[in-house]
Amino acid sequence: MLRVYMDANATTPLLPQVMEAMRPYWMENFGNASSIHIHGQAAHRAVDRARETLSRFFNCHEAEVVFNSGGTEGDNTAIFGMLHPGDHFITTSIEHSAVLRAADRVASRGVEVTFIDPEPSGLINPADIERAIKPNTRLISVMLANNETGVLMPVQEIGKLAASRRIFFHIDAVQGAGKVEFDVQRFGCHLLSISAHKMHGPKGVGAMYVRRGTPIEPLMVGGSHERRQRAGTENVPCIVGLGKAVELAMDSLADGTIPRLAALRDRLEAGILALSGTRVNGGSVRRTANTTNISFDQVEGEAMVIALDLKGVAVSGGSACHSGSTEPSHVLMAMGLNKNAARASLRFSLMRTATDADVDHALRVVPEAVEHLRALSPVAAGTLG
Amino acid sequence: MTEHTTIAVAMSGGVDSSTAAAMLAHSADGSAVSGNAVVGLTLHLWDQTRLAGKHGIPDAPKAGRCCSLDDVYDARRVAEQLGIPYYVVNQEDRFERDVVRPFVDEYLAGRTPIPCSLCNNHLKFDQLLQTARSIGATRIATGHYAVNEYDPQRARWILKRPADLAKDQTYFLFGLTQEQLAHTLFPLGRLTKPEVREIARQHGLKLAEKPDSQEICFIPGGDYKQFLTAYLEEQGESMPETAGELVASNGEVIGRHDGISNFTVGQRKGLGVSSPNPLYVLQIDPASHRVTVGVDEELATRTLRARRLNWISIPTLTAPMRVRIKIRHRHDPAWATLEPAGESEALATFDEPQRAVTPGQSAVFYDGDEVVGGGWIV
Repeated sequence: MLRVYMDANATTPLLPQVMEAMRPYWMENFGNASSIHIHGQAAHRAVDRARETLSRFFNCHEAEVVFNSGGTEGDNTAIFGMLHPGDHFITTSIEHSAVLRAADRVASRGVEVTFIDPEPSGLINPADIERAIKPNTRLISVMLANNETGVLMPVQEIGKLAASRRIFFHIDAVQGAGKVEFDVQRFGCHLLSISAHKMHGPKGVGAMYVRRGTPIEPLMVGGSHERRQRAGTENVPCIVGLGKAVELAMDSLADGTIPRLAALRDRLEAGILALSGTRVNGGSVRRTANTTNISFDQVEGEAMVIALDLKGVAVSGGSACHSGSTEPSHVLMAMGLNKNAARASLRFSLMRTATDADVDHALRVVPEAVEHLRALSPVAAGTLG
Repeated sequence: MTEHTTIAVAMSGGVDSSTAAAMLAHSADGSAVSGNAVVGLTLHLWDQTRLAGKHGIPDAPKAGRCCSLDDVYDARRVAEQLGIPYYVVNQEDRFERDVVRPFVDEYLAGRTPIPCSLCNNHLKFDQLLQTARSIGATRIATGHYAVNEYDPQRARWILKRPADLAKDQTYFLFGLTQEQLAHTLFPLGRLTKPEVREIARQHGLKLAEKPDSQEICFIPGGDYKQFLTAYLEEQGESMPETAGELVASNGEVIGRHDGISNFTVGQRKGLGVSSPNPLYVLQIDPASHRVTVGVDEELATRTLRARRLNWISIPTLTAPMRVRIKIRHRHDPAWATLEPAGESEALATFDEPQRAVTPGQSAVFYDGDEVVGGGWIV
């Protein structure tokens, strides 16, 4: 059976060049990058090269690149490292749970937190952030691109706002990195987090941009790795993989990949919207080129994800499984969808390597599945209020 | 065109449903059973962390509690071992609406509910079949100990007691419709529990020795009173005031009680009255809040009324019929004459008085091995 993967926002496979770049560092060049001897030097060199690549990608100084274990660590580090009791923190209600749960934790320890809701379009309005600013506001954290809808947030405007009020600004760029033009100077942020596995790199590694002078307390303490910003023996093979993935991402931002993906996504979207009772969530504003989040009337989202999987199309639903219970997407509900509509939404996110044949297959399978589900129960449990 | 049929197996992480899945997916030598595609499904019905720690409800549910993470893990591992796709489907809302809330309401009304029969009716056989169809399966299978087969002469699907009467679950399955029976497989129906465990071992399933879960799946610890208190508090409702009089069967008031939901028919402990002879709850009146108690002999009644009937081996009851009736899961079916008594109601007259006929429980009617039908005791 033909299998089509349309869940890139969940994770992506390594590209062959990434795999090859990593290969020598598992067994031959296995040294600890902190060791003095030749093995350590070889490892250190590899980390340095990756760091240099990241600094080009971010457009920052090499000393401002900090390698870590991924997006969650970056988000946690920014929040736990910058905020103290008595501070005020502004973020959005549509952030990834790595930001939301960290916000909950600092809130329980004396930090005041404001969650800005998006407009129904899915966009965060900088004016809403501005209205929320108080004398003790210390940090603003907003995502670059929303993982569920692909909607791109106006980070540049928010960066300007933060600068004018002398507030620190963190961007969770986990989904946006590799999908849109990237420049921390233009963004105006002090901190930024990315993750390798969303960009055809390995899981378990990521990086932060930490602007020089930012008074951030490290999350991981111990050795003096990463200029004492992040203790822990460097995961050399994965850092090399991240470096290569970023290099390939920069290429793809320049070689027409993005418009090609957008065209595929648009064709997929149009084909599905041709069905009655379908709606794109976030479709009226700028989005990453690969994502479309669609609500389907009279369809139970969970059943549809499974039905599509059994027919070889991998997507994700409008809910995330947390500790055994399924919650409808907090993002979609913040945009104004009710519980049932949120549950009846599917996210299609294309990989860089997606093809026309993939979209063709999906356009064969999806309408059939929708029809089948609607025929079964016109008054489906999924979409009654 | 040969139909490649897909069967969705309901998997709870227990040895019964795991073995059912194994039998459908593979022969004991590991070769795939031809013709069927098997998909494992776990219905996630209740969030065990919701009321944990409140009013004495245990914090960490013991393993073997349906819907706990451990059980999902076990079910998933079995599915992986069998090489079948596996999904967890969330039905918390429906379960709360159709099983938990009625459970609470029944107790508050002085009756003793059986959530398992409601769960079977609404979730396991209605919702599961819908979900199975949604994902492209044509039939469902469960690990219930029951037998179903089609009788061409009567043109009906028949539900029968299984080979292992000690594990007989037909009492909870009386509500199954013809449509549901036609699309359900019970692979364990003709096996005994020890045989099932042996088959599990033969398939290399590590949970062959896992103990059976005994309690109500959404009440870890088994104390329904704690559950009622915690649930009502969570819902922002107050426990209704149902304190009232304890009376003897002749009407004489002999004491007071704190609330009718503390009692069930046939209960002996916790009455709060001392008496030369042991006293049992005979009756609970939800209107007057009066709880009537009496001695053992008074507990037995000759008749019962059952309502909201479902018929399986017959289309409906039109004339009196001799059947054996179970009034509780753990009860030896007793002979009675059953007759229609109004719209979807039946009156049963037992040959011998039966002890503690309890409103809220089901009455299930048997003709030999066959389940004739059943209903809810009024």
